Amino acid sequence: MTEVEETLKRIQSHKGVIGTMVVNAEGIPIRTTLDNSTTVQYAGLLHQLTMKARSTVRDIDPQNDLTFLRIRSKKHEIMVAPDKEYLLIVIQNPCE
Amino acid sequence: MEIVYVYVKKRSEFGKQCNFSDRQAELNIDIAPNPELAEQFVERNPVDTGIQCSTSMSEHEANTERFEMETRGVNHIEGGWPKDVNPLELEQTIRFRKKVEKDENYINAIMQLGSVMEHCIKQNNAIDIYQEYFDDEVAVEVTEEAPSAKTINVFRDPQEIKRPATHLSWHPDGNRKLAVAYSCLDFQRAPESMSNESYIWDLENPNRPEITLKPSSPLVTLEYNPKDSHVLLGGCYNGQIACWDTRKGSLVAELSTIEFSHRDPVYGTIWLQSKTGTECFSASTDGQVMWWDIRKLSEPTEVVIMDISRKEQLEHALGAISLEFESTLPTKFMVGTEQGIVISCNRKAKTSAEKIVCTFSGHHGPIYALQRNPFYPKNFLTVGDWTARIWSEDSRESCIMWTKYHMAYLTDGAWSPVRPAVFFTTKMDGTLDIWDFVFKQCEPALSLKVCDEALFCLRVQDNGCFMACGSQLGTTTLLEVSHGLSTLQRNEKNMASSIFERETRREKILEARHREMRLKEKGKAEGKDEDFREEEPTMNPEELVAKVEEEFFDIIFAELKKKETEAMKHKQKHSTKQRPVTEDDEEEETEREEEDMGTEEETTA
Repeated sequence: MTEVEETLKRIQSHKGVIGTMVVNAEGIPIRTTLDNSTTVQYAGLLHQLTMKARSTVRDIDPQNDLTFLRIRSKKHEIMVAPDKEYLLIVIQNPCE
Repeated sequence: MEIVYVYVKKRSEFGKQCNFSDRQAELNIDIAPNPELAEQFVERNPVDTGIQCSTSMSEHEANTERFEMETRGVNHIEGGWPKDVNPLELEQTIRFRKKVEKDENYINAIMQLGSVMEHCIKQNNAIDIYQEYFDDEVAVEVTEEAPSAKTINVFRDPQEIKRPATHLSWHPDGNRKLAVAYSCLDFQRAPESMSNESYIWDLENPNRPEITLKPSSPLVTLEYNPKDSHVLLGGCYNGQIACWDTRKGSLVAELSTIEFSHRDPVYGTIWLQSKTGTECFSASTDGQVMWWDIRKLSEPTEVVIMDISRKEQLEHALGAISLEFESTLPTKFMVGTEQGIVISCNRKAKTSAEKIVCTFSGHHGPIYALQRNPFYPKNFLTVGDWTARIWSEDSRESCIMWTKYHMAYLTDGAWSPVRPAVFFTTKMDGTLDIWDFVFKQCEPALSLKVCDEALFCLRVQDNGCFMACGSQLGTTTLLEVSHGLSTLQRNEKNMASSIFERETRREKILEARHREMRLKEKGKAEGKDEDFREEEPTMNPEELVAKVEEEFFDIIFAELKKKETEAMKHKQKHSTKQRPVTEDDEEEETEREEEDMGTEEETTA
């Protein structure tokens, strides 16, 4: 358990990271560093997007699978690491 | 009263074929009109009845069933929570979360995802992937594309008898309309029923002209007033000047009186820059250039006669076929004549004789187009006979640059309004040439065959991108030129001006050299003059003609003899090859040879 804490703390302490959250397969945020409403929004939307991205990759090649999803926007970058049951979402502001 | 005719047939005869026979007409019933019945009718005179010949339609109304609508809001609540957890209760959610965190799956997943995520985060921090490397270097306008032009639209003369399009003018605002003047310039060969109309086309609608202009005589030139886009000036085939206002309709608004107009078709009309915006001038092959004010077209305000001997004699005047006026040089204007001479004139000269400043001669035929370079007004382009020439005002003896002699006459030419080194020319074989002398001097940068018949006129739009050309059958083609030819290149202005200067200098040096040589010759000639005169035999015209005829026939006979000897040699070679053939063939050959000899003898006789 402490390893989990350590990992998440380490991630949060990296330069430019705005927020971290862990979401389960149903879209429920398990762990988050942002406020509730934002978390809920991110969780719901990114969950759907990840599902879509994964199905796209698998449709094109059934042997393939989604390993990582990065969305770069004007203000920051949203990184999603998908797993079978959980999603790790990190919002970072890449220094420019 | 019933009219009844009973037709009786036996049952056994049903189904029998019909046998028709002729018989006389029988009057069955004759009902005479009964005048008493007429009194029951009321006479109506006149009778007004409406008749309509169209499909009969009926009007129906339909009322659809009302669609019930209600405005409602939807309340979203957090979903995904398992049924036993109430998302609003903080305790329950916290408990749920804690439970999940203890799950082993969760721990493994997070460890693994964490490492992946860290990798990407570090990547982001390491390098900015969107960094612009060559920011301060201005993107070089790579115009590697080959110059091209494509036809966008074609406007055909809607009349049955096609007339050539002789002049084009773009609408001054927005270039959405094009005025085209149609007339047949062949002397007295215009067919009787040829229409005099000229049209204004809207570029969006090539099927029908937008406005029709109806003059009494076909228009040779037509120009929009650059200040007032509703007013147009036209020069007629019979020498009159006509003025239209498109708001007033298609008939002429103002027309000049025949007595004071030109005596020949008006080939050039240009609006002048004036405060009132109503002044214009016109030129015609009768040798006169007239200034007009369109408010009073009964008389020209000024007349200048194009007599280069400066004696104001109309008999010696040169016919003007093109006119040039640049608004930046308001007192000067230039006239291109049928004799191939460009006359540069000054309007503000005190005496009429001084109006003609200088002449430039170089063309062999009429100068169909004359235009100053919009960027360097000292240099101007003339188009006539088989070449296009560029002149500089400083060099009066000859032009500074010229194209090679083409296979077809050049009919019109214009500078590009955006690029100082680009000009366009049209030819009698229907091709449009685009010249770019910064790029290529010997040949046009682009030669495009627009149509099969001759192209008579050309007009470039102010943006330099679109242009229209009119052909002999009245077809006006709208072309779009490629981007490279219609945008100013880097350094182009400097290059063009340096080319002009260099060529002008070269011509000046040549001129000076010629002058020196001429002076030397004059000196020599004066010494030898008397000797020369004695040596020359005086030959009167008849002797000259006889001598020329002799020479001519000698040449012809020499040619014929040459041809004969060649033919003989050829035949000998031919017959030697065919020797090994059978006797019959040989006989045939000899016969053929004899025949050929016979025919040859005939020709020589």
